[in-house]
Amino acid sequence: MKVNINGTIHNVTSSEDTPLLWVIRDELNLTGTKFGCGQAQCGACTVHMDGNPVRSCALPLKLVGEKEIVTIEGMKDKISQAVQKAWVENHVPQCGYCQIGNVMTASALLAETKKPTDTDIDNAMGGHICRCGTYQRIKAAIHQAARELA
Amino acid sequence: MKQLFIICALILSSTAFSQTKVKETKEVKVERVKRSLAHYEEMTKVILHPRCLNCHPGGDRPTQGMDMHAHQMNVQRGPYNDGNVGMRCVTCHQSENNDVAGVPGAPRWLLAPKELAWQGKTKGEICRLLKDAKKTHMNLQELIEHNGEDELVAWGWNPGKGREPAPGTQKEFGELTRKWVETGAECPK
Repeated sequence: MKVNINGTIHNVTSSEDTPLLWVIRDELNLTGTKFGCGQAQCGACTVHMDGNPVRSCALPLKLVGEKEIVTIEGMKDKISQAVQKAWVENHVPQCGYCQIGNVMTASALLAETKKPTDTDIDNAMGGHICRCGTYQRIKAAIHQAARELA
Repeated sequence: MKQLFIICALILSSTAFSQTKVKETKEVKVERVKRSLAHYEEMTKVILHPRCLNCHPGGDRPTQGMDMHAHQMNVQRGPYNDGNVGMRCVTCHQSENNDVAGVPGAPRWLLAPKELAWQGKTKGEICRLLKDAKKTHMNLQELIEHNGEDELVAWGWNPGKGREPAPGTQKEFGELTRKWVETGAECPK
């Protein structure tokens, strides 16, 4: 099967029922995307599919088709760079495991909502679990990125 | 002249049909209404099942499970009934069930519009909603097709591993809807 990851068409040999997460990590060695729960419950495995955040652990390869997938390794646009910079400057990560997924969704939020309110952020980020409890720093970093992009 | 005759004949037959309907006897009407209400009562076994009610919430949050608890993860209706930016339905729900991950899915996964909220309403109130084309955006014939053939409605009977399906079959639900409409689409109080 063919799959478009980060702008490159890859021929992959995984079976069609394989979750996209394992195609990304095990077959293409793009290990930035993390496995958390395998049930779309935690958000750690989030990637973009045609610009929308999706949980790659619950997305079988057969449903990807020709849609464009972007992983954290492919997040090089102005918005995601601003998000990553704000993440560093706000010392958001503690253990860091969930942060890739958070950055993916935060970038998608700012792509559509230039000046998000706290409620916008809560609504967008509600699917991400951070066991270190960095939620307030995540919120601060999103606000900072929004200000710098304005 | 021949065309005029045909038009007159059509008008006369239409009038006769209308008069036939008007002349429905009290006994016939009582029986028809009774049958229509019985069909609707059967329909409510589906309509009031959590598999259906969960996506017809009264507020801006979907519910989930047989106990209809609020959807996890602060999931919200959003401006187009498909969630908010960053947390749209398709973030987790794809076009088919994923029994390995335990995530349900179907084509066009989204909430019913707020004006079609069923949760918290009586059978009669829901019935009158179904007949309100301004809210359903479909006439009764289209409602029959929607109930009997729509692929998102179909998910109610194919909810994936570990979930109780809605009673009966979608075909039966569509047939009940058709019979309810044909008997006058009567609603309980």
